[in-house]
Amino acid sequence: MPHAFDEMSSTDGSVRPAYETLQRWLSSVPQDVLDHRRKEAEFIFRRIGITFAVYGEQNAQERLIPFDIVPRILTKDEWGRLSRGLEQRVKALNLYIRDIYTKREILKAGVVPENLVYQNPAFRPEMNGQRVPHDIYVHIAGIDIVRTDPDTFYVLEDNARTPSGVSYMLENREIMLRLFPELFSMHKVAPVDKYGDDLLATLRSLSPRGGHEPNVAILTPGIYNSAYYEHSFLADKLGVDLVEGRDLFVKDAVVYMRTTEGPKRVDVIYRRLDDDFLDPLVFRRDSVLGVPGLMSAYQAGNVTLTNAVGTGVADDKAVYSYMPDIIRFYLGEEPLLPNVPTWRCREPDHLKYVLDHLPELVVKEVHGSGGYGMLVGPASDKAQIEKFRAKLVADPANFIAQPTLALSTCPTMVEKGVAPRHVDLRPFILSGSDKVRIVPGGLTRVAMKEGSLVVNSSQGGGTKDTWVLDA
Amino acid sequence: MLSRTADNLYWLTRYVERADCLARILDVSQRLSYTPVTYGGSTNEWASAVLTAGCEEEFVARYGPLEEAKEEDVVSFLAFETENSSSIRNCFEVARTNARSVRTALTSEMWDVINSAWIELQNFPNRALTRDELARFLAFVKETSLRFDGATFRTMLRNDAYWFARSGAQLERADNTARILDVKYHVLLPEKERVGGPLDYFQWASILRSVSALTAFHWVYRDSVKPWLVADLLILNRQMPRSLAACYEQLARNLDDIAGVYGRQGPSQRLARSMQARLTNRTIEDIFQTGLHEFISEFISDNNKLGAEITEQYLT
Repeated sequence: MPHAFDEMSSTDGSVRPAYETLQRWLSSVPQDVLDHRRKEAEFIFRRIGITFAVYGEQNAQERLIPFDIVPRILTKDEWGRLSRGLEQRVKALNLYIRDIYTKREILKAGVVPENLVYQNPAFRPEMNGQRVPHDIYVHIAGIDIVRTDPDTFYVLEDNARTPSGVSYMLENREIMLRLFPELFSMHKVAPVDKYGDDLLATLRSLSPRGGHEPNVAILTPGIYNSAYYEHSFLADKLGVDLVEGRDLFVKDAVVYMRTTEGPKRVDVIYRRLDDDFLDPLVFRRDSVLGVPGLMSAYQAGNVTLTNAVGTGVADDKAVYSYMPDIIRFYLGEEPLLPNVPTWRCREPDHLKYVLDHLPELVVKEVHGSGGYGMLVGPASDKAQIEKFRAKLVADPANFIAQPTLALSTCPTMVEKGVAPRHVDLRPFILSGSDKVRIVPGGLTRVAMKEGSLVVNSSQGGGTKDTWVLDA
Repeated sequence: MLSRTADNLYWLTRYVERADCLARILDVSQRLSYTPVTYGGSTNEWASAVLTAGCEEEFVARYGPLEEAKEEDVVSFLAFETENSSSIRNCFEVARTNARSVRTALTSEMWDVINSAWIELQNFPNRALTRDELARFLAFVKETSLRFDGATFRTMLRNDAYWFARSGAQLERADNTARILDVKYHVLLPEKERVGGPLDYFQWASILRSVSALTAFHWVYRDSVKPWLVADLLILNRQMPRSLAACYEQLARNLDDIAGVYGRQGPSQRLARSMQARLTNRTIEDIFQTGLHEFISEFISDNNKLGAEITEQYLT
């Protein structure tokens, strides 16, 4: 694997300008002080209850995501380039989804193969011809970004369904402000705490009912969901009700919540529930998390769901590989943020290449997420590779492959002190009827294990506060 | 507000209050169990604890006849056992689950108390505790409820969420006070003792202790501990925060506040007011004449009825 680009230190030992102050500070603070602050941070997280659940794990019902106290720093320029690229990408995603559920011009033009849409389990025929308020489908997007050198940021993944992690972006900052006020006095860090207001403004702008104070609610699967903390956190930040399916009911195609004062109409639902579970009358019948009749209210245009139903048709890894073409098709622009080169194993010549080069590649399931079910070639032994090869040959269309990127590293506190660890970045992009809002920064995830490229929290990844310098 | 949120708040505070009450019962039972029999100590303090906690059936099913209840079994049953749905441990578990479900309706201070207590609870071993450990545990439970009440009082907005939370606590507290009085007075005093005999003193003092009112008693009555005065303090005295009268004064007001902002009175307001009236226009002599046990039994049943009315009117 090629040598990874470190965001703080150049190969010649010099420190990159954005990190100079931080580096000086790090080398002046004794290790035991840092250790102490790290423990303090963990204590605060535990006490606030910022936990998540890992499915399929016993005894570990509520776990902490490791928090790294060394911030990751981006310059204003770097962020400017990123945010322009992100806005472009989300704009294209929205146009693509609208097209898929209405005219399907992109299929007619042969830019994206039809079966990628029609055979996609996330495609929702119920949405055919369905207009959504203001033609926006993906109101809240999380775009995963990786970096390989000073100038190259790749989009690794689009999350257009219910991206999570924003609570960590906000809480990480709060904790850093509490633990390291002196560091903030030495830097001009762009604040992120406007996210709550931005999200609320976005959601309110989407209300289908004019002339009324919109009633916005966040729909959660409940306290056993792995991201429950985030759902309650956001409801709190926005000052809106956190509802479960059983708190809502539909009458005459209008959604109401059960309150102590009787039924109250709901206009906008930020749902953190997958399409499958939304409405047992339309989707999975065994769902007890959803609201019977919700789709009828949605189709009648009496309630806005964010994100819209059926956005999954745009964010699997096979569609991802077409994103540069999708951007060109709808916007007539070159993508500002490149894709990672991707082989689609559904195509025979791509599959052949992938099978011949498994030890160098990262192979992922098209619909996988959370770092499950993937092969990192260079980090796997022969047996693992052969096992994966069998899976791949059995169902090639289910996989894509990418070169093993040398993800950038950032200084990170580990057992033995500060050492470089691989990171990625998930900024959150809000699209309202009035405008697009992006808070400077995002969630930086870090692979805590030396050499590891898997940053997912379900696989032991941690998080960092992400700073965009204002000057 | 969401009915489910109100329901969770209401039960959250009930469970915190219940845990506090159980801790007091255990505390007092332990103290009485050290007291020599001739000074009012009795061999059935632990049976009394089970009765007061209102979980006789479950206890008997697990450990056999109540008369033979042993200290370690009762302590473990009331404090720790997950099989007992109302053990202190379970109260805290349920309180935290409720708190997690309504985090948005709690202030961070309130959540912090509940969550920290739940974390702390994991540090107490799941075996029989030594006397020292038990004392520390009971102190921790009582402190948690104090902190929780303090956090609620000091940080919560005075709106319907606050009133539902307070209503749960008051209703539970009234139930607990009534139970303590009933069990001590009518079930446990040996029949051959006449009321007012030397044995009484310790039993009555223990009632006061279990509601942290021994000092208050002396301030209010400036008299030695006498059964009718204790009953007066715990039933009718509005200065005493755990008395039935004080609980109902608060409850009726909280429910009226709710009705005020919602612009509508209902069955729960009417029932609370009529119960409050019953506790106001009364003397303790009246109550003793018609029978303390009868009075309290009726109260407990009406108190439950009010709980059901609140649920029906607001929480479903």
